[in-house]
Amino acid sequence: MALNASKLKVGDTHSEQICDNLSRTQIVQYAGASGDYNPLHTDEIYTTQIAGYPSVFAHGMLTMGMTGKALTNYVGDGTLTKFGVRFTNQVWPGDTLTATMTVAGLRNEGGQDFVDLTISTVNQDGKEVMTGNASARVNP
Amino acid sequence: MAKITFPVEASHIMMFARAVGDTNPVYYDAEAAKKSEAGRIVAPPSFAQSVAQFNPDYFLRPKPGQPWFGSGKTATGLTEKASSSGGLHAEQHFEFHRHISPGDVLTVETKPGKTWEKESKRAGILKFRESVTEYRDQNGNLVITATSVGVTTERPVAQS
Repeated sequence: MALNASKLKVGDTHSEQICDNLSRTQIVQYAGASGDYNPLHTDEIYTTQIAGYPSVFAHGMLTMGMTGKALTNYVGDGTLTKFGVRFTNQVWPGDTLTATMTVAGLRNEGGQDFVDLTISTVNQDGKEVMTGNASARVNP
Repeated sequence: MAKITFPVEASHIMMFARAVGDTNPVYYDAEAAKKSEAGRIVAPPSFAQSVAQFNPDYFLRPKPGQPWFGSGKTATGLTEKASSSGGLHAEQHFEFHRHISPGDVLTVETKPGKTWEKESKRAGILKFRESVTEYRDQNGNLVITATSVGVTTERPVAQS
């Protein structure tokens, strides 16, 4: 459902748990759908013995995709104009992630209202795994 | 890089939405999508990245008859050790000029952008490289601009 500029104010937040106990299977599912078969995400033997990580870890783009779900649940379908992120820490199997969007600004351009959001996705320890921002069209 | 033709397909959008755990019917149910704000099935926000499926040379997909760096009989299929722990994804930005739907046929072109280096305590020297990808529809209109930043680390990222 679209947001209304008149009902939004800077500092409003929307928070959602975007995965609970992330499974290796969901990471495999993302590899298959996206086409990114980097063994760092799905091949425990390669990742621990060759790449030197404690286990496989999620694609950054899986965290972006799961955060995108919380984002579109908030701003509605087909309203996003921008969505950008930085991956700050790795996401591991077993992680539970929560995404939070905060209204950073409201603006009107050429008669169209927009909301600007900052985004933070954290794991079960409160460690930030991804930060970002987004903009979406909103109703007046 | 050569231009890639990316046909946007309903089943691909459905599989992608499932993979990110999004059960919103706007991604798979044409009837429900018609009644939604989008008015039709649209792709989830980060879907455009799965253009990788249509890149014949994509290096992160195993190919028949070619050695693959993941494990098989041994922990890696390569005989020479890779020179670094490999690339990681540092940033990804999308600008949506229009949301894409099944039936769109996109022409996708990627151009290299800036490169820079940074010293990090957790992973040594970091080499960043940016690329900009433009997605144009069947009418030649720019529908998505994506900017990606990849990073190659000197050593695996230390866990704090």
